[in-house]
Amino acid sequence: MERVYLDNNATTMVDPLVTEAMQPFFTQMYGNPNSLHSFGTEVHPYMGIALDRLYAGINASDEDDIIITSCASEGNNNVIKSVYFDCFMNHRKMQMITSAIEHPSVSQVYLFLEKLGVDVKWLPVNSQGIIDPEELKAAIDPDRTALVSIMWANNETGLINPVKEYAEICHENGVKLHIDGVQAVGKIPVDMQDVRADYLTFSAHKFHGPKGVGGLYVRKNANLIPLLHGGEQMGGLRAGTVDTPYMIGMGLAMELAVKNIEYENKEVRRLRNKLEDALLDIDDVEVIGERSLRTPNTILASFRGVEGEAFLWDLNQKGVAASTGSACSSESLESNPTFVAMDIGSDLSHTGMRFSLSRYTTEDEIDYAIDAVKTSVKRLREISSTGDKGYI
Amino acid sequence: MAKNDLIGGALWEHYSDKVSERMNNPKYMGEITEEEAAKKGAKLIVADFGADSCGDAVRLFWMVDPETDIILDSKYKSFGCGTAIASSDVTAELCIGKTVDEAVKITNIDVEKALRDEPDKPAVPPQKMHCSVMAYDVIKKAASLYKNVDMSAFEEEEIVCECARVSLSTIKEVIKLNDLHTVDEITQYTKAGAFCKSCIKPGGHEERKHHLEDILRDTRAEMERDRLNKSSEDLSFSELTLIQKHKKIEEVIEDSILPVLNADGGSLEVVDMKEVDEFTDIYIRYKGACAGCAASRTGTYEAISDALKKNADVSVRVHIL
Repeated sequence: MERVYLDNNATTMVDPLVTEAMQPFFTQMYGNPNSLHSFGTEVHPYMGIALDRLYAGINASDEDDIIITSCASEGNNNVIKSVYFDCFMNHRKMQMITSAIEHPSVSQVYLFLEKLGVDVKWLPVNSQGIIDPEELKAAIDPDRTALVSIMWANNETGLINPVKEYAEICHENGVKLHIDGVQAVGKIPVDMQDVRADYLTFSAHKFHGPKGVGGLYVRKNANLIPLLHGGEQMGGLRAGTVDTPYMIGMGLAMELAVKNIEYENKEVRRLRNKLEDALLDIDDVEVIGERSLRTPNTILASFRGVEGEAFLWDLNQKGVAASTGSACSSESLESNPTFVAMDIGSDLSHTGMRFSLSRYTTEDEIDYAIDAVKTSVKRLREISSTGDKGYI
Repeated sequence: MAKNDLIGGALWEHYSDKVSERMNNPKYMGEITEEEAAKKGAKLIVADFGADSCGDAVRLFWMVDPETDIILDSKYKSFGCGTAIASSDVTAELCIGKTVDEAVKITNIDVEKALRDEPDKPAVPPQKMHCSVMAYDVIKKAASLYKNVDMSAFEEEEIVCECARVSLSTIKEVIKLNDLHTVDEITQYTKAGAFCKSCIKPGGHEERKHHLEDILRDTRAEMERDRLNKSSEDLSFSELTLIQKHKKIEEVIEDSILPVLNADGGSLEVVDMKEVDEFTDIYIRYKGACAGCAASRTGTYEAISDALKKNADVSVRVHIL
């Protein structure tokens, strides 16, 4: 059976060049980089190259840090808890601001901190699905706000937030800004000289690197208290033997992603638009968010009368992988918070389906997926339609 | 949490083959028209039911023979997930050939059982049991339309957990009989709360009238009131609360000790009382003539101690301050 992978916002295929580059560091240069002998030291130049690629990829300055983490969830946890620890130790201001559409590795940390007594403000999205800088400006209390966490691009909609403006607002008020850059890196240009955020997190497996490795950018003079204590690795900021093959793999993945950013924004965007146009050709389909405001690879669409889990099931029967935030598809039966926050009268929580492409997606695959979507929607609407051409 | 819970995304792996088959090729999906029903001299019933929480909706069609009340044919339309479609399909099938009174007895558990591949293996993962509940509700709705009565006429008792169909009275009884202290224990004994979890506490997937946390708290409070209302005479000394023990001690002192001491111009007061392991330690201070009396630490002390051991409890130890 033919299979088409349109769930690249969940994870991506590893670039074969990346897996190849990682190989020597499993069986040949496997030394612990903190060892003083040659087995350890021979890996250092390769780690240096990986860092150079990561720094260049997001245009970080040499004075800044990029901590190698296990994933962006770790990075997000680290930043938020670090600021909490710092406030706690110094008896300082304890208000933090985030948004209603964050990834659980941000929102769940804030929900946890709320239990510990932190005052957390949750910013809504505007009618376009974006967090309005004016809302942020209004929410900041310069005397109390310690941290602002907002994502660069949303994983479900692909909508890109005006992070540069957030950075300016935060700095005018002496507040630290943490950006979850997971869905931005590799899809749109990420330039930390332009966007003066204090913290940025990213994850290799979202840009054709391996799973289990990510990066945490910390701007010079932005404090970071470790999440993992107990070692001198990463300048004492993250204990744990550095996963050298994965760090090196992520470095190359970053370089390749940046190299392909033009392809992403031309060819991937073209294929995405082709799919999107075809979806919009079907009756009662709505796509969330202005096309121009989204990452080039993402579509979140609502199909009236087609329940998300049943739709995902049908697509999977045809080999097409997508993603739904439908409450019925989750282990907890809870709706995806982004879908709830973005709900614009289209019953997104029940009928939302996300298609996310990558630079490996082909035209044939898109054609196949369009057919599969049309067939599935037709079948499921036969089950849900009523005589008067409505849906029950 | 255990080994089997460490890998996520297993939802569909727990669907039975029958669920997949019904989902892919539903047999009873469709509508019945007035004309079709009239042709057979039957009455057409169209029942709609929706679960607000899911946004799921189902429309059940029945063709009922008015002479015999037998459901001659049944079809449905469904907006819902795979298990909701499969459940609706089986529901329609189970209704055919039954009288309306028989059909009302079909529960979501019957629907789920009909979808099993093996008798002992659930057809759907726990949180999806919930999707079969709508099938039961829509039957009640159809029957109420046919009989022109309210849906509640078919509900004999107050159901707390719709997925496992556990009633309020069952839950209360189980808590009392087994002295249950946690919601987990209730779930272990009755399966209530094991599925969609909406009945555990407010704010779950579906809005419920009763919640296990409240039932547990209220039933425990009720049990406690019952216990306190029982006269302390009915309880053994060790079952008494500290205050009840104190009362008992004071009673014994009042009735059988003070009269003797008073006769010699003495007295005593209880200064403190502690429960130490299985013992109840009483701290007393002599007053009046007893305070300086030589016997107060020998004969008198033993008499007091014996009186308390005999009339209150053997666990009582007397300490003189």
